[in-house]
Amino acid sequence: MVWDWIPRNLGMIGGLLGEHVVLALLPVLIGLVLAVPIGWAAAGNRALRGVLVPAASVLYTIPSLALFIVLPAIIGTRILDPLNVVVALTIYTVALLVRSVADALGAVPSMVVAAATAMGYRPGRRFVSVELPLAVPVLVAGLRVAAVSNISLVSVGALIGVGGLGQLFTDGYQRNFPLEILTGIVMVLLLALVVDGLLVLIGRVSTPWTRVGANA
Amino acid sequence: MIEFRGVTKRFPDGTVAVDGLDLTVDAGKVTVFVGPSGCGKTTSLRMINRMIAPTEGTVTVDGRDVMSGDAAELRRGIGYVIQQAGLFPHKTIRDNIATVPLLLGWSRRKARARADELMEVVGLAPEMASRYPAQLSGGQQQRVGVARALAADPPVLLMDEPFSAVDPVVRESLQEELLRLQGELGKTIVFVTHDIDEAVKLGDKVAVFRTGGVLAQYDEPGVLLDRPADGFVDGFVGRDRGYRKLGFLSDELPLVELPTVGVGDPAPEGWSLVVDPDGRPLGWVQGGGSVEEAAVVPGGSLYEVGSGSLRSALDAALSSPSGRGVAVDGDGRVAGALSADDVLRALAASRADEAA
Ligand SMILES: Nc1ncnc2c1ncn2[C@@H]1O[C@H](COP(=O)(O)OP(=O)(O)OP(=O)(O)O)[C@@H](O)[C@H]1O
Ligand SMILES: [Mg+2]
Repeated sequence: MVWDWIPRNLGMIGGLLGEHVVLALLPVLIGLVLAVPIGWAAAGNRALRGVLVPAASVLYTIPSLALFIVLPAIIGTRILDPLNVVVALTIYTVALLVRSVADALGAVPSMVVAAATAMGYRPGRRFVSVELPLAVPVLVAGLRVAAVSNISLVSVGALIGVGGLGQLFTDGYQRNFPLEILTGIVMVLLLALVVDGLLVLIGRVSTPWTRVGANA
Repeated sequence: MIEFRGVTKRFPDGTVAVDGLDLTVDAGKVTVFVGPSGCGKTTSLRMINRMIAPTEGTVTVDGRDVMSGDAAELRRGIGYVIQQAGLFPHKTIRDNIATVPLLLGWSRRKARARADELMEVVGLAPEMASRYPAQLSGGQQQRVGVARALAADPPVLLMDEPFSAVDPVVRESLQEELLRLQGELGKTIVFVTHDIDEAVKLGDKVAVFRTGGVLAQYDEPGVLLDRPADGFVDGFVGRDRGYRKLGFLSDELPLVELPTVGVGDPAPEGWSLVVDPDGRPLGWVQGGGSVEEAAVVPGGSLYEVGSGSLRSALDAALSSPSGRGVAVDGDGRVAGALSADDVLRALAASRADEAA
């Protein structure tokens, strides 16, 4: 029975899933931390925005496989190092989120920011307690795109030997074993759906004010 | 006390928003900045809490140049209310009001208790504390804006067209309430508006600005209406200023006795004022016979003896169906009647007094 393959390899599949999650989501976290200050700088300065946002878009157009292969030469890692995937996906995440952050912060009503300043907020605290929370809805939309896109891009890493669930594709292809490929596809899809759902949930829980109707 | 000394604001694009402003805002009083759009009212106001830095001259609050020291520190000591409230949409009403206390380092508990206290002061129901601004009406949001500005009990309050986005009825009640609050709190208030009616109603003193950021006249409202400094002020103060001036006169008016009837009593011919058993006016009836409740015509506005202005006296006479204005005492009981002629005679007498 071919289906037996799945229960017999649960441990292996679980391990690959864990690797996939780390390879895809660690870059989302690091990317977010990097993109917030860059996006903030872009939102606050027109000239800077004119440089940063297009530059980020260009980064996003670099093919992932090419990036996985040239990175070792640039940052001095070994070709099979998982760090290559993490760095590459972090670059994509930053590229995606810089625009989201800049747009989100730009959309915070200037009157609200002015009111915060007039109350006596200093810029740092104002950013954390007024501008950032108001940017969350747009930010979450950007994070969803980044997370799902990373989950699918990790699989490409299988071609250089670090690809989480993507290794089920390469292995299944080499052994001409469709069930393994199918398992990989289903797992990647499920993972993307679950992560996306979680992000939506986090977004909802952290923005209760967006769901109150006027005069409800 | 707030002082502008030779203050000029020139924006980088060359716009001169405020030009050589010299003005002293009295402590504990309401000072209104009024003038046409773009005349530099907001710019002047924002130089007080250093949201805008003057190009020339100095602004001092209690003798200290606002440009010295820390800006955030300064702002925490100056309440600020803006048009459409500028509330934080992501914070509850309670947290909005607690903003400055929290910035000043109060404990969360104390700041929230203070917020609840202020909600009562500005007339907001306690159950609104946990709502978000989008769940409040425009008028309620303005109350929150005022409460937020008052939270840390700052001696100075800056208000930039705070009531311009609400309908006239709500605006009137917010104005009344501000005057009541000010009677209790005695803050130094600088209030910006482009509505001359609002200016003369709220201001202890009114500063009229003309386009180009030049102060045209700075006087008490009565003086402003009586003796506009020039054609610009005259034009801005408007055509009704003679009538509005009546709002600042409260000379004693001679009252004539006004016979009243109760519901069910026989009424004489002509108009009769119907009162309730306590002597408070209910309305008018016309013609003889027994007074039927259904036949009572609503009366006009009432003139309160002692506190009413000549404007309210004239309005009482003009709005009464019988042509006789109803004067009431402090408890709302009928005190007598007055006519429009009485008001005009009182006005003439007050003019003669002034001239003498
Ligand atoms: N940041 C700025 N840069 C350039 N010009 C400005 C700036 N802010 C205001 N101005 C100009 O300065 C002048 C005064 O503006 P201000 O906002 O003080 O007017 P205002 O009296 O409050 O008007 P309104 O009644 O419309 O609110 C206007 O001509 C305005 O266009
Ligand atoms: Mg203005």
